[in-house]
Amino acid sequence: MKQIAVISGKGGTGKTVVAGAFAALAKNKIMVDCDVDAADLHLLLHPVLKERHEFRSGQTAVIDNKLCEKCGKCISVCRSGAIGSDCSIERFFCEGCALCSYICPYGAIRMEENIAGEWFVSDTEYGPFVHAKLGIAEENSGKLVAQIRKAGKELAEKQALDYVIIDGPPGIGCPVIASLSGVDCALIVTEPTLSGLHDAKRVIEVAEHFNIGVKLAINKYDLNLTIAETIETFCGENNIPVAGRIPFDEAVVKALVEGKTIVEYAECAAANEVRKVWETIK
Amino acid sequence: MIISVASGKGGTGKTTVAVNLALSLKNIQFLDCDVEEPNAHIFLKPLIKEKTEAYIPVPEIDEAKCAHCGRCQEVCAYHAIAVLPGNNGQKGSVLVFPHLCHGCGACSLLCPQTAIKEANRDTGVIEIGERNNMQFVHGRLNVGEAMSPPLVRQLKKYINPTRTVIIDAPPGTSCPVITAVKGSDFCLLVTEPTPFGLNDLILAVEVLRKLKIPFGVVINRSDIGDGKVEEYCKQENMPILMKIPFSREIAVSYSEGMPIIKKDASYQDKFINLYLNIRAIKSEANSRY
Repeated sequence: MKQIAVISGKGGTGKTVVAGAFAALAKNKIMVDCDVDAADLHLLLHPVLKERHEFRSGQTAVIDNKLCEKCGKCISVCRSGAIGSDCSIERFFCEGCALCSYICPYGAIRMEENIAGEWFVSDTEYGPFVHAKLGIAEENSGKLVAQIRKAGKELAEKQALDYVIIDGPPGIGCPVIASLSGVDCALIVTEPTLSGLHDAKRVIEVAEHFNIGVKLAINKYDLNLTIAETIETFCGENNIPVAGRIPFDEAVVKALVEGKTIVEYAECAAANEVRKVWETIK
Repeated sequence: MIISVASGKGGTGKTTVAVNLALSLKNIQFLDCDVEEPNAHIFLKPLIKEKTEAYIPVPEIDEAKCAHCGRCQEVCAYHAIAVLPGNNGQKGSVLVFPHLCHGCGACSLLCPQTAIKEANRDTGVIEIGERNNMQFVHGRLNVGEAMSPPLVRQLKKYINPTRTVIIDAPPGTSCPVITAVKGSDFCLLVTEPTPFGLNDLILAVEVLRKLKIPFGVVINRSDIGDGKVEEYCKQENMPILMKIPFSREIAVSYSEGMPIIKKDASYQDKFINLYLNIRAIKSEANSRY
């Protein structure tokens, strides 16, 4: 079994379009959407929900107003700025450290377990799909990613599948690290812009930091051929295989609007190149 | 006034809107709070004058004072400290896992022996600069570092209330975004008219409603995709403050790190108008409460 993560550093470079195409191209696989705070892959895979699980994680402070004497001690120790000047908890900023509950002289603060989101196991016409929804303004997205990665991997082992294909989040922080940990290959999808290059370099560093093999695809490569070339030179110097050069293609947005993967929407230049990317990655 | 620019989905044009708005106005301070992938400097090209380390305070145990009572381990919500009690006359020991530590300070404050001091663990860098009288601050999270909110909080201490502050937020809907937009007077949500753009806009709207921050929508590449984002905004009675049609020219100049208003000067007026609209909405909201 091979685990492949599609990541990018910069958002909006085409991770989900590429991952969606892989869903249509790869045989014998499970799809996992690890962009848990802005998940989109379900819009292409049209899942039928089979299982729904609560994601419990962390705690939130709750103040009992009957016991609170408004002494303000909690405010002075809270480093998350989660307690307002009237000694009320702003729960979206509470990181659950519980320090206030220990420090309160009146025992007015207790910690409550958080339901921080939900995760799902679904059927799709492309095979099983594990996805999640982090509660609005919640933390611990890295833990939720780890949870659905685990569920996806177990399902893949049970059904003797060949691939776990992960649609990753943007950035380089905790959900990205959780999406990358232990994968066999990371595919970086970038675009020929200075921002795309800057961000791809940072996420490649993260992958290398965790000893993960990296390949790279340039999406909309013909938007700026000079920068596309700079990216290829960078890849050459760092022994990163370039898995594909996907041209700018209006069919990509049209396919999205119809809720279809690009390879199923039409025979077009972008679809053909994504097929090549899959051949290189698989 | 603090205006933040956010979006659920990445790559919709947050930085484009933030940068061009900033360049169209006077007396601006620009804060790039996307510390995982900061990009605004590519467009604004500030001269960096000052660098400072960003850090999380992590515990440092004074073994001479420590009684290995285990209180720190008990109060640490993040399992970042383990205490091995001594036995048979052998001294115990304390293990600290700095990468799990959130820097909340519980262990050091609650240690009965006051045996815990805090030392700074470096998590990134904050750079402060200037360009044509625009003040610029951004943060850069170290590679391999998981937690960005403490860095964003430290960055926001540089907010200059005498200026119009523009905050470029990270994508998503979770803690890094919340930390970035917290305390803003207004938030611009940048989206694109595709099913992905709509899905993530709906999530971002939920976040701002929960935080009670007034907001308006900017539709980027407004002539691609479909009309569902606009329909949704109308249904929800949310103002669409600006539309930027797709243009290959704009896309190419973006790729080279060139702001739109440098390519097409007519956009400056549009961004000034955007600002005036924000102010109008703000003062209307203020007079209502």
